[in-house]
Amino acid sequence: MKPSRLTACGEWVLDRFPLASLWKDHMTHYYAPRNFNFWYFFGSLALLVLVNQFITGILLTMNYKPDAKLAFDSVEYIMRDVSWGWLVRYMHSTGASAFFIVVYLHMFRGIMYGSFKQPRELIWIFGMLIFVALMAEAFMGYLLPWGQMSYWGAQVIISLFSAIPVIGDELSLWIRGDYVVSDATLNRFFAFHVIAVPLVLVMLVFMHIVALHEVGSNNPDGIDIKKLKDKNGIPLDGIPFHPYYTVKDLVGVGVFLIFFATVIFYMPEMGGYFLEHANFIPADPMKTPEHIAPVWYFTPFYAILRAIPDKFAGVIGMGGAIVVLFLLPWLDRNPVRSIRYRGGIYKKALALFVISFIALGYLGTQPATPVATNVARVFTVIYFGFFLLMPLYTRWEKTKPVPDRVTEELSFEEQIPALMETFEEITEITPEPVDDGQHHAFRSVFFSRRPNPEGMRNVATRLAKKLKESLD
Amino acid sequence: MNNEGVDQSKRQFLTTALTVVGAVGTGYLAVPFLSQMQPSVKTMAAGAPVDVDLSKMETGQLIRVAWRGKPVWVLNRTPEVLATLKTLDGELRDPESLESLQPASSKNAVRSVKPEIFVAVGLCTHLGCSPTFRPEVSPPDLGEKWKGGFFCPCHGSWFDLAGRVYSGVPAPTNLEVPPHRYVTDTLLIVGEPAEGESV
Repeated sequence: MKPSRLTACGEWVLDRFPLASLWKDHMTHYYAPRNFNFWYFFGSLALLVLVNQFITGILLTMNYKPDAKLAFDSVEYIMRDVSWGWLVRYMHSTGASAFFIVVYLHMFRGIMYGSFKQPRELIWIFGMLIFVALMAEAFMGYLLPWGQMSYWGAQVIISLFSAIPVIGDELSLWIRGDYVVSDATLNRFFAFHVIAVPLVLVMLVFMHIVALHEVGSNNPDGIDIKKLKDKNGIPLDGIPFHPYYTVKDLVGVGVFLIFFATVIFYMPEMGGYFLEHANFIPADPMKTPEHIAPVWYFTPFYAILRAIPDKFAGVIGMGGAIVVLFLLPWLDRNPVRSIRYRGGIYKKALALFVISFIALGYLGTQPATPVATNVARVFTVIYFGFFLLMPLYTRWEKTKPVPDRVTEELSFEEQIPALMETFEEITEITPEPVDDGQHHAFRSVFFSRRPNPEGMRNVATRLAKKLKESLD
Repeated sequence: MNNEGVDQSKRQFLTTALTVVGAVGTGYLAVPFLSQMQPSVKTMAAGAPVDVDLSKMETGQLIRVAWRGKPVWVLNRTPEVLATLKTLDGELRDPESLESLQPASSKNAVRSVKPEIFVAVGLCTHLGCSPTFRPEVSPPDLGEKWKGGFFCPCHGSWFDLAGRVYSGVPAPTNLEVPPHRYVTDTLLIVGEPAEGESV
């Protein structure tokens, strides 16, 4: 049979570009562990948000004016007069926060299951570089609307560089291009935000994925699935990324988009956390707002900065909080990857770290009262303690034996009977005689379901016991 | 590639030479590229001096003017304030203004040319927020120890009404006093040094 024109065209391309083998190597024959759970959604979601930021960002630049006299009004113009401009702008601003939510969860996944450990150190380093680029991107993007928070936030962050001895003042002058944050600063931040940093981000994401596909994905059990292969050389616990995980990730995308759309349509400012109230006032170089705080995703680091009562040391502390994350693969001396088989001391340390990260994040949004500053100091010590004491406590750890094969996890459907049973336990059905004064042909008794205090207590005790056990 | 009969040391020399030449070329190109981000000639020229008329100023009043895009405060201090300033030295980090920026004419206990008129750049020496003017004594939010001064809302730095920083706060030095001079008794120019001063 004569090949159709379409097939011929396809053949022509395939003879000149390795599309088929790329697809095969990275999708249909890329074997990922079969026990990926909830935590494994966030990588692909980060990619989705990146695409969202690119598309909405390109659309925004079509109407935005990077000029100190025009910027604020051009954003309002986008919000009010450009068709669907409000939607595109809110998708972009919500996307920025969503990016940090998924990236923080993605990083936590890595810490929890030891995904940064040998042989995946480089993946972690590339990921951390992505995180730093993302912070630069978000910070510079936040200046563009030229509101009060944009202006004074940039003023504070750029002034951080002036704390560096000797070159500091010259450096911050060079970054601003003026003696204060001004039109020159806005214009160059625009250039960085739309061209330079996005290019760096895309390159880093590419390297992150190339490095991942070279060594293969980790999994919740932290087991090397390449150790046990079948006769065709396929890992026994591996399944092809496509279609299995592409389809699974699509479900994640669906759920994510429900939350994303809810925020965009019903709470785009998120009570001042995603878009701060003071940023609806045009930048005024003469007056700092009464209370300035960065956007929520920077607040843990900002709280560390404020907690240290010395300018240079504060900046070092803030930078150090990010630098220690880079060093994680070398700080953790325990070869066991997954939290499931690690000792109680690590689990408790990680729990403390999560608490201190969230607490610092909250304190960073609040005014710096003496009490709050002291509390922030305690959490700063815990934050750094988690990392800097790691070489010690990970050596003392008593780990559990790691199995050869990945463990089975109950699916949601399989958990339904147990959930129903718990529901039965915490409630009880009591008969209620009906006495409404009317004549009934049949004596009727209503049964109603009431909370059962004793059952609840039992369930709570069991949960608490389980929690305590899981921490050992 | 056939490496037989190749003079490796010559090849190594050529490779090194080319790398060095390339690095020097890149270095030269980096100068214009990086200098591009320095303040432009226009920006540097824009720091024109600003006239401030003091004739209508009341005692205790603070006026704000813009100089080089920065807020500059001119404060007319009351005699009570001047009296309080003398009592604060023990709580300050740099009461003599030894490590702080000010023209020689303002390097004194009250940091001004005329005792009552105080001129300062209204940007915190910590991270550049503009502190708030809080002349009242012991307000509820700042507490008993507050004797009137400038409070930075960003990171909680305290300055007295001579712009001197308290100890134990993040700001490292006193508020900067810009170069300024009096043309007449009631006309002040911010941005021009007094006679006999450089800068």
